[in-house]
Amino acid sequence: MMQHLAELAYLLAAVIFIIGLKWLSSPLRARKGNVLSAFGMLIAIVVTLLDKQIVSYGLIAIGLLIGTVLGIWMAYAVKMTAMPQMVGLLNGFGGGASLLVAAAEWYRLIQPGQTLTTGTAVTIYLSSLVGGVTIAGSVVAALKLQGWLVPDRPVLFPGRHALSIGLILTVAAMGIYLGYNPGTMWAFIVLNVASLILGVQLVIAIGGADQPVVICLLNSYSGIAAAMTGFVINNHGLIITGALVGASGIILTNIMCKAMNRSIWNVLFGGVGVVVAGSGGDKGAAMRAKGVRTITPEDTAALLGYGKLVIVVPGYGMAVAQAQHQVRELADLLHKRGVEVLYAIHPVAGRMPGHMNVLLAEANVPYEALQDLDQINPNFDRADVAIVIGANDVVNPAARHDTSSPIYGMPILDADKAQHIIVMKRSMNPGFAGIENELFYDSKTQMLFGDAKKSLLTLINEVRVLE
Amino acid sequence: MTDALIGGIVVFVLASFVGFEVINKVPSLLHTPLTSASNAISGITIVGSMTVVGMVTPELSNVFGVIAVVFAMINVVGGYLVSDRMLAMFGSKKKDEPEAKS
Repeated sequence: MMQHLAELAYLLAAVIFIIGLKWLSSPLRARKGNVLSAFGMLIAIVVTLLDKQIVSYGLIAIGLLIGTVLGIWMAYAVKMTAMPQMVGLLNGFGGGASLLVAAAEWYRLIQPGQTLTTGTAVTIYLSSLVGGVTIAGSVVAALKLQGWLVPDRPVLFPGRHALSIGLILTVAAMGIYLGYNPGTMWAFIVLNVASLILGVQLVIAIGGADQPVVICLLNSYSGIAAAMTGFVINNHGLIITGALVGASGIILTNIMCKAMNRSIWNVLFGGVGVVVAGSGGDKGAAMRAKGVRTITPEDTAALLGYGKLVIVVPGYGMAVAQAQHQVRELADLLHKRGVEVLYAIHPVAGRMPGHMNVLLAEANVPYEALQDLDQINPNFDRADVAIVIGANDVVNPAARHDTSSPIYGMPILDADKAQHIIVMKRSMNPGFAGIENELFYDSKTQMLFGDAKKSLLTLINEVRVLE
Repeated sequence: MTDALIGGIVVFVLASFVGFEVINKVPSLLHTPLTSASNAISGITIVGSMTVVGMVTPELSNVFGVIAVVFAMINVVGGYLVSDRMLAMFGSKKKDEPEAKS
């Protein structure tokens, strides 16, 4: 009876997660949705504690306490710019837990007197595989985003595909071997280690700009790992919940891939993001020969201050310069002068999906002003000025017409359709993809070189003194 | 193939479809908090971790289990709190909106 009640309670928790996720899709209810979902988690935890299978509470209490303290500390210590790596890292912990549960169950079931059925064994090995890939991959992704130890660029070495296939085959072979020789410790260890190396290998080959995709995908994996754990301990609540997260991660991955005009296979195995040195060739040289026009902060201020509609196109460069507060200050000043200011947010702006929105929200930009690609693009026609701050490839018109360009077909923000385009940039270095940007050479474009934050501060002063 | 395994597969497949339907229409504005919240939900593996620790198990399993509890709890607590921090920023300007009267 108790067992049935517990099952129903897990189902209730899963339903609460679904409603919570539903609420999370509307800006007005999102925060409540998150709290609701946390409540679902509380139910799941309490039910597990009450479950009769559990005989000792001491160790559980210690584990919960340590985890809670560390979790609180991590959540409040992190800066908003570092959010992608934090989410990646937290995700890794979830995957690690799945890996460890699988190992613990395996070791328990190979003891004398216990039976390890084939079904359970298979789910344990899958749990180890997905959990191992998740924790190792997440740690590498977090290190890459943080810029520690592992280079941001893709690390490619010869034979890496062969290595990946070899690792997957190793996992499969160990699983089969264990099927015939249950309880072989070395085989289980090899299986786990191969899974971990596979995780490192899959992520280390992916470049910095593709990390948003990786974070989504690893999130999906951690859900699948949780579902596998559900199979291992035969708990439907876990299976439902894990599947939910797995599906949501896949959807976000898909959205990100579409925004970059890449297939998921291309992201995972293509090794794209490798800078094609000097790409653009003759065309690039011709553009460079034409040169760019520069503009002074005074003239920029006049353009902005006497316009009707200004569209800000923020990129990761803005976040790196920590300039989002200055952007908002400038927008406020313009607003007071009766200028409408909107923000054009490309789906892959920032280092994870929606990251730019979070950074701007932190600077108190009202979220109604944050417009996504489909909302904002029809508005560039009537914009007096599009001001591009630290964005590059997402405003390159080559994506629309130049079939030879690596970014051809990628949906872009139509900044080139505005009356004037101001590009704030540190120097003429090409963006991440290493592609010359046609927009910079457009006759309507003027460049405002310098550190984004300093330029904005100057610009703010200039707008203040406008009559 | 056991009945439990088949039942689990049925549940897994159906729940995946529910997940697709629920998430499909999320505005890009909320992608980061959604990712971190669903990330927190994947910490549900805490249930598995606690079950393993609580049972009468060999010592090595207990050690793994306790570490798993710590990991999963970091995932859960950290995930929900960072989501809340981010969502609080989106909500702060809505004070004088009609929504506030509820």
